[in-house]
Amino acid sequence: MRRYLGRKLLIYGLTFFVAVTVNWMIPRFMPGDPVSSMLSRANVAQPAAVEAMRAHYTAMFGFDLPLWRQYLNFWGALLQGDLGISIWLFPTPVSDVIVRAVPYTLGLLIPSILLSWFAGNRFGAFAARRKWLDNTVLPFGYVLTATPYMWLAILLAWALGIVAGVFPVAGAYGFDLRPSWSWTFIGSLAQHWFLPFASLFLVAFGGWAIGMRNMIIYELEADYVNYLRALGAPARLVRRYAFRNAILPQVTGLALQLGVLVAGALVTEIVFSYPGLGHLILQAIQNQDFFLLQGTFLFIVIGVLIANFVIDVAYVLVDPRTRTGMGGAA
Amino acid sequence: MRNEALHFALRNRKLVVGTVVILVFLVAGLVGPLMFDYGPNEYVGPPMAPPSGEFWLGTTTFGQDVFAQFLYGLRATFLVGALGGVLAAAVGMVVGFVAGYRGGWIDELLNMLTNIVLVLPALVVLLIVNAYLGVRSIGVQALFIGLTSWPWAARAIRAQTFSLRSREFVDLARLSGVRTPKIILREIAPNMSSYLFLTFILLFGSAILIAASLDFIGLGPTDSVSLGLMLNNAARWSALQLGLWWWFIPPGAGITAIVGALYVMNVGLDEVFNPKLREM
Amino acid sequence: MALKVTDLRVYYRTLRGEVKALDGVTFSVADGEIMGLAGESGSGKSTLAKSLIRLDGRMRHAGGTVELDGEAMPLSDDDAMDEFRFRKVSLIPQYSMSALNPTRKIGKMVGELLESRGERPDRAELERRLELVGLSKDVLDRYPIELSGGMKQRVVMVISTLLNPSLLIADEVTSALDVSSQKAVATTLLGFRDRGLVTSMMVVTHDISLVYQIADTIMVMYAGRLAEKAPADVLVNAPRHPYTMQLISALPEVGVRYEDRRLTGIPGNPPSLLKPPGGCRFRDRCPLAFDRCAEQPPFAEVAPGHFVACWKAE
Repeated sequence: MRRYLGRKLLIYGLTFFVAVTVNWMIPRFMPGDPVSSMLSRANVAQPAAVEAMRAHYTAMFGFDLPLWRQYLNFWGALLQGDLGISIWLFPTPVSDVIVRAVPYTLGLLIPSILLSWFAGNRFGAFAARRKWLDNTVLPFGYVLTATPYMWLAILLAWALGIVAGVFPVAGAYGFDLRPSWSWTFIGSLAQHWFLPFASLFLVAFGGWAIGMRNMIIYELEADYVNYLRALGAPARLVRRYAFRNAILPQVTGLALQLGVLVAGALVTEIVFSYPGLGHLILQAIQNQDFFLLQGTFLFIVIGVLIANFVIDVAYVLVDPRTRTGMGGAA
Repeated sequence: MRNEALHFALRNRKLVVGTVVILVFLVAGLVGPLMFDYGPNEYVGPPMAPPSGEFWLGTTTFGQDVFAQFLYGLRATFLVGALGGVLAAAVGMVVGFVAGYRGGWIDELLNMLTNIVLVLPALVVLLIVNAYLGVRSIGVQALFIGLTSWPWAARAIRAQTFSLRSREFVDLARLSGVRTPKIILREIAPNMSSYLFLTFILLFGSAILIAASLDFIGLGPTDSVSLGLMLNNAARWSALQLGLWWWFIPPGAGITAIVGALYVMNVGLDEVFNPKLREM
Repeated sequence: MALKVTDLRVYYRTLRGEVKALDGVTFSVADGEIMGLAGESGSGKSTLAKSLIRLDGRMRHAGGTVELDGEAMPLSDDDAMDEFRFRKVSLIPQYSMSALNPTRKIGKMVGELLESRGERPDRAELERRLELVGLSKDVLDRYPIELSGGMKQRVVMVISTLLNPSLLIADEVTSALDVSSQKAVATTLLGFRDRGLVTSMMVVTHDISLVYQIADTIMVMYAGRLAEKAPADVLVNAPRHPYTMQLISALPEVGVRYEDRRLTGIPGNPPSLLKPPGGCRFRDRCPLAFDRCAEQPPFAEVAPGHFVACWKAE
C-alpha cells in the first residue's frame, strides 16, 4: 500500500513540476517581448500602474539573468505564494483574487461531482437490471454525456431562468445583497447556485450511469458470478457483489474524469457569470491578464492533484488488492 | 469472418443509426455551404429575425444567417475532431505500442509520461497555450488538442499490446529476426485494428467537445466559424436575454448529435466486433 | 439410484437456429458411483454438466427428465432449481482460479453465501474441511488474490462440497493444471466420495487416461448423444463402440491431451448439430458403417452395466 501511494505521489510531484515549468516556459517561447506586449495589450488607464507593472514584470521575468537563474527565481517566488499582480483588478495580488474565487468553484464542483457519481452509479446499476429501463435510459444517458456542458447550462438558464423566471441566471447572489450570514443572503446564494449545479450534475450523471451500467453487465458475466449462481445464491447477493466490484473502475474513472469535470465547471461558470475560477479565466483572457491566467492554471493543477490523491486513498480503502501489496489497478 | 462482421454490422441498430446521423451532418457540412452566395459572417438579413422561409434558422443580432453559420461550423467541428482525433490516436498508438512491446525502462518512462499528461487537466493547459497565441487556426487548435488527449488511449493500447506480445505469431516473427517496428506494424496492429478504430472514434468525439469548450471561452480559431464560436457569440451578445433561441440551440444540438452519434456508433461497433456482446 | 436422466434434450439458441447440443440422452448414476464423462469439445458433455446445474440464457430445455434421489429436477425453472443447487447438486467449475469474488475475504464470502441460502455457517466444520484438502484455516482471512492457483482450486472444492451434495459435478477441473497437481486433485475428489461428503460424482474431462484413475464408470459422448458407458476397466480395455475404440487407440501416454491434437486417426469431422443427419451420427467417420446405421441404434445394455449405441456391438 505504501508503495502504491508513494508511486502516485511521485507522479503527482513530477506533474506539478512539469506544470510549473510549462507555465514558466510559455511566455518565453512566444515571439516578441512578453513584457511590453503584455503591457500594450493590457487595458490599464493609469500611467502609474503601467510603470509599476513594468518594474514588477521585469523583476519577475529577470531577463538580464541567465535562464537557469530566471527559472530558479520563478520557483522561489512561487514557493512564497507570489503569483504576480492582477492587471484586471490592479493592484490586487493574483493569489488574493484566486483565493476569493475558489470557494465558489469548489461549492459547485464538489457537490456536483460527488452527487452525480453516487446517483449515477446507483441508477446505472438499477437500470442494468431491467430490460425496458435499460433500453430507455441508455440512449438518454448517451445524449447527456455527449452534451457540451455550456450548452446544457445555456438551455437551463434560458428555460428555467429567462422563460420560466424561476431561477436567477447571473452571479452568485442578488446584486442588491452584500455577503453576510443572513437567511436572505444564504437563500439567494442557494438560488443562484442551483442552475449551474444542476447542469454540471446532469451531464456527469449521464456518464456515470452509462459507465456503471456497462460495468455491471460485464461483472454479471464474471466467473465468480457464475459460480455463485451455480451454488444457488440469490440475486440479491449476486448483485451486491457485482456492484462492489463494478464500483472499483468507477473510482478510477472519477480520477480520470476530473479534468473534464473541472473544464465543465469552468464553462458553466462562464454561462452563469458565476464568480469562480471559470469567471476569472474569462476575465483574464478578455483583459489579457496573463498573470491571473497562469496563477489560475497552477491553482487548478494543484487542486486536481490533491483530488487525485484523495481518490487514490479512497481506492486503497475499497480495493483489497492494493492493500495486500499485490498491485491491483495502476 | 469479414462477411460475418458486415452481416452483424448491418443488423446493429445502434451502429446504423449512429452512422446515418454522422453521415447526414457530414454531408450537410460539406455540401451545405455551397447553397449560399455569401459568407457565414456577412450581414445579410435584418437583425434578430426568427426562423423564416428565407433564413431557416433566423439571424443573429447583427443580421448574420444562423443556418449558414451552422453549416460552415459543421465543417470546423468535423475538421477539428478528425485532426485532433487522428493526432491523439497516432501519439497514443506510438506510445502504447512501444511501451507495451518493449517493456522494461522504456515502458516505465513512457508510463510516467502518460500518467503526467493524464493528470494534467487538458482544457486548462489548452487555455494557457491558446491565450498566448495571437492568431489561432483550426489546425493549431487540433494540434494542441491531439497533444493533450492521447494518454488514456496510450494506456489502453499498451495493455492490449502487452497481451499480444507473448502470442505465438509474434514470437515467431521475433525469432525469424523481423525488426520491432515491422512486428508492431505487421503483427500487432492488425490484430487489434477493431480496437484501434473504437479508440479513434472516442478520441474524435472528445476532440470535438474540447474544441467546443475552447471556442466558447473565446479561444477559438480567429479566422473561421465553428459551432463552439456560435455559442460563444450567442452568449456574448445576450442571445439568452433577448430570447434568440434559434441562435444558441442549433449549434449545441449539432455538437450533441454528432458526439452522441459517435458514442452510440462506438457501442454498436463494439457489439459487432465482440460476439459476446451481441444480443441473442 | 442417485441420478436418473431420461431422454434429455437441451438446445442452444443461436442466430442460425437451434443447435441440438444434447439430443436425447438416457443414463443413470448409482449411489457412490464416480462417473467419468468424456468426449471431444462439442460432444455435449459440457452441455450435459451445465444442464444439471444451471442452464445459461441461450440454453433451452427441450425435453426429457432428470431425477435426483427420486425427485424431479425442474431444469428450466431457474428459481425452483435453487433449492437443488449447492445442497443436492453442486459444481466444481472449470474456472476455479477466478471463481471467488476478488473483493471479499474468503471466510466472509463463504459465510455470506451460506446465510443467503439459509444455512448456518459452521466455522469449525469449514476449518476441518480445509484441513482435509491440506489448507490452513488462515486462508479464510485472505483475499483470493493472496492464494496460489492450486490453493484457490482447493478452496473451491471445499466450498462446493460443504453441504454434502448427492451429486458433485467436476467440470474439466484438471485442464489448467500440471500433471502432479492433476493427480492431487483426482485423489482429493476420490477422498470426498470415500469420506461420504458427496454421494456420487460426475467428472467431465477430455482426458480419459486421467479419469480412468478415479472413475468407477466412464461414459463417452459423441455429437450430442451417448456412445458408450461401461465400468472404467471395460471401457478402456474392451470398448465396443467404434468411436470409443478409436478414441482409446488414439490415446497417448498419461497426461497428454488428445483434444489439442486433432483426432488424426479418425478422418472427417463431427456433423453439424444445427440440422443433424438422421441415424447414427458417427456413421460418416465409422469404418464399420453399413446400411442399418441410417437408423439410430439404441443405447442398449450389451453386458451388465455396459451400454453401447451401435448395431455392431450386440
